[in-house]
Amino acid sequence: MWLLLTALAAIIATALWYVNAPGDKYKLSLLSFIYWGAAIMWLVDHVIAYVQEGGEFFEINADATGLGFSVLLFGLFVWLIVLLVSDPKRVLKRVLKK
Amino acid sequence: MACFLVPVGEAVVTTVVQKVVEKREKKAVEQGEKKVSGGGTASIGVKWSQRLGWLNKMLWGGAILLALEHVWHGEVVPWPPFLTAMETPGEVGPMLHEMATYGVAMAITVTVVWAIIVVIAELRAKAKAMPGEEAHAVGGGA
Repeated sequence: MWLLLTALAAIIATALWYVNAPGDKYKLSLLSFIYWGAAIMWLVDHVIAYVQEGGEFFEINADATGLGFSVLLFGLFVWLIVLLVSDPKRVLKRVLKK
Repeated sequence: MACFLVPVGEAVVTTVVQKVVEKREKKAVEQGEKKVSGGGTASIGVKWSQRLGWLNKMLWGGAILLALEHVWHGEVVPWPPFLTAMETPGEVGPMLHEMATYGVAMAITVTVVWAIIVVIAELRAKAKAMPGEEAHAVGGGA
Protein backbone atom coordinates (compact mmCIF):
# COMPACT_ATOMS: atom_id res chain seq x y z
CA MET A 1 0.00 0.00 0.00
CA TRP A 2 2.88 2.36 0.80
CA LEU A 3 4.24 1.84 -2.73
CA LEU A 4 0.90 2.91 -4.25
CA LEU A 5 0.56 5.94 -1.96
CA THR A 6 4.16 7.04 -2.59
CA ALA A 7 3.77 6.64 -6.38
CA LEU A 8 0.52 8.66 -6.23
CA ALA A 9 2.27 11.38 -4.20
CA ALA A 10 5.15 11.41 -6.72
CA ILE A 11 2.73 11.90 -9.62
CA ILE A 12 0.87 14.72 -7.82
CA ALA A 13 4.13 16.45 -6.77
CA THR A 14 5.47 16.20 -10.35
CA ALA A 15 2.22 17.64 -11.76
CA LEU A 16 2.40 20.54 -9.27
CA TRP A 17 6.06 21.15 -10.21
CA TYR A 18 5.13 21.14 -13.92
CA VAL A 19 2.36 23.71 -13.39
CA ASN A 20 4.93 26.10 -11.87
CA ALA A 21 7.85 25.17 -14.22
CA PRO A 22 10.33 26.47 -15.22
CA GLY A 23 10.18 28.36 -11.91
CA ASP A 24 10.79 26.24 -8.82
CA LYS A 25 10.54 28.77 -6.01
CA TYR A 26 8.97 26.33 -3.55
CA LYS A 27 11.31 23.44 -4.41
CA LEU A 28 8.51 21.15 -5.66
CA SER A 29 11.12 19.34 -7.78
CA LEU A 30 12.78 18.26 -4.52
CA LEU A 31 9.47 16.87 -3.22
CA SER A 32 8.85 14.94 -6.44
CA PHE A 33 12.44 13.57 -6.47
CA ILE A 34 12.04 12.40 -2.85
CA TYR A 35 8.82 10.53 -3.65
CA TRP A 36 10.09 9.17 -7.00
CA GLY A 37 13.29 7.88 -5.36
CA ALA A 38 11.28 6.05 -2.69
CA ALA A 39 8.69 4.77 -5.20
CA ILE A 40 11.41 3.30 -7.46
CA MET A 41 13.19 1.65 -4.53
CA TRP A 42 9.97 0.11 -3.21
CA LEU A 43 8.99 -1.04 -6.68
CA VAL A 44 12.30 -2.92 -6.95
CA ASP A 45 11.78 -4.30 -3.42
CA HIS A 46 8.25 -5.50 -4.27
CA VAL A 47 9.31 -7.06 -7.61
CA ILE A 48 12.24 -9.00 -6.09
CA ALA A 49 10.12 -10.16 -3.13
CA TYR A 50 7.30 -11.23 -5.50
CA VAL A 51 9.69 -13.15 -7.77
CA GLN A 52 11.55 -14.83 -4.90
CA GLU A 53 8.73 -15.46 -2.43
CA GLY A 54 5.47 -15.04 -4.39
CA GLY A 55 2.27 -14.03 -2.59
CA GLU A 56 0.44 -10.74 -2.96
CA PHE A 57 2.26 -7.97 -4.83
CA PHE A 58 0.55 -5.14 -2.91
CA GLU A 59 0.07 -5.45 0.82
CA ILE A 60 -3.28 -3.81 1.46
CA ASN A 61 -4.21 -3.63 5.13
CA ALA A 62 -4.51 -1.06 7.92
CA ASP A 63 -0.83 -1.35 8.94
CA ALA A 64 0.43 -0.87 5.36
CA THR A 65 -1.95 2.10 4.88
CA GLY A 66 -0.72 3.66 8.12
CA LEU A 67 2.87 3.24 6.96
CA GLY A 68 1.96 4.76 3.58
CA PHE A 69 0.51 7.90 5.14
CA SER A 70 3.43 8.14 7.60
CA VAL A 71 5.84 7.99 4.66
CA LEU A 72 3.93 10.76 2.85
CA LEU A 73 3.97 12.94 5.96
CA PHE A 74 7.67 12.32 6.53
CA GLY A 75 8.45 13.24 2.91
CA LEU A 76 6.46 16.47 3.31
CA PHE A 77 8.28 17.16 6.59
CA VAL A 78 11.74 16.75 4.98
CA TRP A 79 10.68 19.02 2.08
CA LEU A 80 9.29 21.63 4.50
CA ILE A 81 12.52 21.70 6.53
CA VAL A 82 14.60 22.24 3.35
CA LEU A 83 12.13 24.92 2.19
CA LEU A 84 12.25 26.81 5.50
CA VAL A 85 16.06 26.59 5.69
CA SER A 86 16.43 27.94 2.13
CA ASP A 87 13.63 30.49 2.83
CA PRO A 88 12.97 31.56 -0.80
CA LYS A 89 10.52 34.33 0.20
CA ARG A 90 12.93 35.57 2.91
CA VAL A 91 10.09 35.47 5.43
CA LEU A 92 12.13 33.90 8.23
CA LYS A 93 15.04 36.30 7.62
CA ARG A 94 12.70 39.29 8.00
CA VAL A 95 11.13 37.83 11.14
CA LEU A 96 14.53 37.07 12.70
CA LYS A 97 15.83 40.58 11.88
CA LYS A 98 12.96 42.23 13.82
CA MET B 1 16.76 -5.45 6.92
CA ALA B 2 19.30 -2.86 5.80
CA CYS B 3 18.90 -2.61 2.03
CA PHE B 4 18.56 1.19 2.22
CA LEU B 5 22.22 1.44 3.30
CA VAL B 6 23.41 0.69 -0.27
CA PRO B 7 21.60 3.75 -1.78
CA VAL B 8 22.88 5.78 1.22
CA GLY B 9 26.45 4.73 0.36
CA GLU B 10 25.96 5.70 -3.27
CA ALA B 11 24.37 9.00 -2.21
CA VAL B 12 27.41 9.86 -0.07
CA VAL B 13 29.74 9.24 -3.06
CA THR B 14 27.57 11.16 -5.56
CA THR B 15 27.19 14.09 -3.11
CA VAL B 16 30.99 14.38 -2.87
CA VAL B 17 31.27 14.13 -6.68
CA GLN B 18 28.59 16.84 -7.06
CA LYS B 19 30.50 19.22 -4.75
CA VAL B 20 33.74 18.67 -6.72
CA VAL B 21 31.96 19.22 -10.06
CA GLU B 22 30.25 22.35 -8.67
CA LYS B 23 33.64 23.83 -7.70
CA ARG B 24 35.09 23.09 -11.15
CA GLU B 25 32.07 24.68 -12.85
CA LYS B 26 32.43 27.82 -10.73
CA LYS B 27 36.10 28.03 -11.67
CA ALA B 28 35.26 27.53 -15.36
CA VAL B 29 32.62 30.29 -15.21
CA GLU B 30 35.08 32.68 -13.51
CA GLN B 31 37.73 31.93 -16.14
CA GLY B 32 35.11 32.43 -18.86
CA GLU B 33 34.19 35.85 -17.43
CA LYS B 34 37.88 36.84 -17.42
CA LYS B 35 38.16 35.81 -21.06
CA VAL B 36 35.06 37.87 -21.95
CA SER B 37 36.45 40.95 -20.21
CA GLY B 38 39.72 40.36 -22.07
CA GLY B 39 37.98 40.25 -25.44
CA GLY B 40 37.54 36.44 -25.68
CA THR B 41 34.39 34.34 -25.77
CA ALA B 42 32.71 32.44 -22.93
CA SER B 43 30.81 29.20 -23.31
CA ILE B 44 28.77 27.98 -20.38
CA GLY B 45 28.36 24.22 -20.74
CA VAL B 46 25.70 21.90 -19.35
CA LYS B 47 25.59 22.11 -15.57
CA TRP B 48 26.48 18.62 -14.42
CA SER B 49 26.28 19.64 -10.77
CA GLN B 50 22.56 20.26 -11.31
CA ARG B 51 22.13 16.91 -13.05
CA LEU B 52 23.98 15.13 -10.23
CA GLY B 53 21.72 16.97 -7.80
CA TRP B 54 18.71 15.13 -9.27
CA LEU B 55 20.39 11.79 -8.53
CA ASN B 56 21.32 12.88 -5.01
CA LYS B 57 17.77 13.99 -4.26
CA MET B 58 16.33 10.69 -5.45
CA LEU B 59 18.91 8.62 -3.55
CA TRP B 60 18.75 10.58 -0.27
CA GLY B 61 14.98 11.04 -0.40
CA GLY B 62 14.32 7.41 -1.23
CA ALA B 63 16.77 6.13 1.38
CA ILE B 64 15.31 8.37 4.12
CA LEU B 65 11.76 7.17 3.44
CA LEU B 66 12.98 3.56 3.27
CA ALA B 67 14.72 4.05 6.62
CA LEU B 68 11.35 5.13 8.07
CA GLU B 69 9.78 1.94 6.71
CA HIS B 70 12.52 -0.09 8.42
CA VAL B 71 11.87 1.73 11.70
CA TRP B 72 8.13 1.03 11.28
CA HIS B 73 8.85 -2.70 10.85
CA GLY B 74 11.27 -2.75 13.81
CA GLU B 75 14.34 -3.49 11.70
CA VAL B 76 16.05 -0.24 12.68
CA VAL B 77 16.13 0.91 16.32
CA PRO B 78 17.46 4.15 17.88
CA TRP B 79 20.02 2.33 20.06
CA PRO B 80 23.26 0.49 19.10
CA PRO B 81 23.84 -1.50 17.00
CA PHE B 82 20.80 0.23 15.36
CA LEU B 83 20.07 -2.73 13.05
CA THR B 84 18.18 -5.52 14.86
CA ALA B 85 19.72 -8.08 12.50
CA MET B 86 23.14 -7.23 13.98
CA GLU B 87 22.00 -8.40 17.45
CA THR B 88 21.75 -12.02 16.28
CA PRO B 89 24.90 -13.49 14.63
CA GLY B 90 22.78 -15.80 12.47
CA GLU B 91 20.98 -12.87 10.86
CA VAL B 92 24.09 -10.99 9.74
CA GLY B 93 24.57 -13.23 6.69
CA PRO B 94 20.98 -12.82 5.41
CA MET B 95 21.24 -9.07 6.06
CA LEU B 96 24.38 -8.80 3.90
CA HIS B 97 22.69 -10.96 1.23
CA GLU B 98 19.67 -8.64 1.24
CA MET B 99 21.96 -5.62 0.88
CA ALA B 100 23.74 -7.29 -2.05
CA THR B 101 20.49 -8.16 -3.84
CA TYR B 102 17.73 -5.68 -2.90
CA GLY B 103 20.03 -2.77 -2.04
CA VAL B 104 22.24 -3.02 -5.12
CA ALA B 105 19.19 -3.49 -7.38
CA MET B 106 17.55 -0.38 -5.87
CA ALA B 107 20.68 1.74 -6.32
CA ILE B 108 21.18 0.55 -9.93
CA THR B 109 17.52 1.14 -10.87
CA VAL B 110 17.50 4.69 -9.45
CA THR B 111 20.77 5.42 -11.29
CA VAL B 112 19.38 4.04 -14.57
CA VAL B 113 16.21 6.15 -14.23
CA TRP B 114 18.40 9.20 -13.54
CA ALA B 115 20.56 8.40 -16.61
CA ILE B 116 17.42 8.25 -18.77
CA ILE B 117 16.30 11.66 -17.41
CA VAL B 118 19.77 13.12 -18.13
CA VAL B 119 19.80 11.71 -21.70
CA ILE B 120 16.35 13.22 -22.36
CA ALA B 121 17.47 16.57 -20.91
CA GLU B 122 20.67 16.50 -23.01
CA LEU B 123 18.77 15.69 -26.20
CA ARG B 124 16.27 18.49 -25.56
CA ALA B 125 19.09 20.95 -24.79
CA LYS B 126 20.90 19.95 -28.00
CA ALA B 127 17.68 20.28 -30.03
CA LYS B 128 17.17 23.79 -28.65
CA ALA B 129 20.81 24.74 -29.24
CA MET B 130 20.89 23.45 -32.86
CA PRO B 131 19.07 26.35 -34.64
CA GLY B 132 21.19 28.90 -32.75
CA GLU B 133 24.43 27.10 -33.67
CA GLU B 134 23.44 26.96 -37.33
CA ALA B 135 22.59 30.65 -37.31
CA HIS B 136 25.89 31.38 -35.55
CA ALA B 137 27.86 29.33 -38.12
CA VAL B 138 26.15 31.08 -40.99
CA GLY B 139 26.72 34.44 -39.36
CA GLY B 140 30.35 33.58 -38.69
CA GLY B 141 30.89 32.49 -42.27
CA ALA B 142 29.34 35.59 -43.81
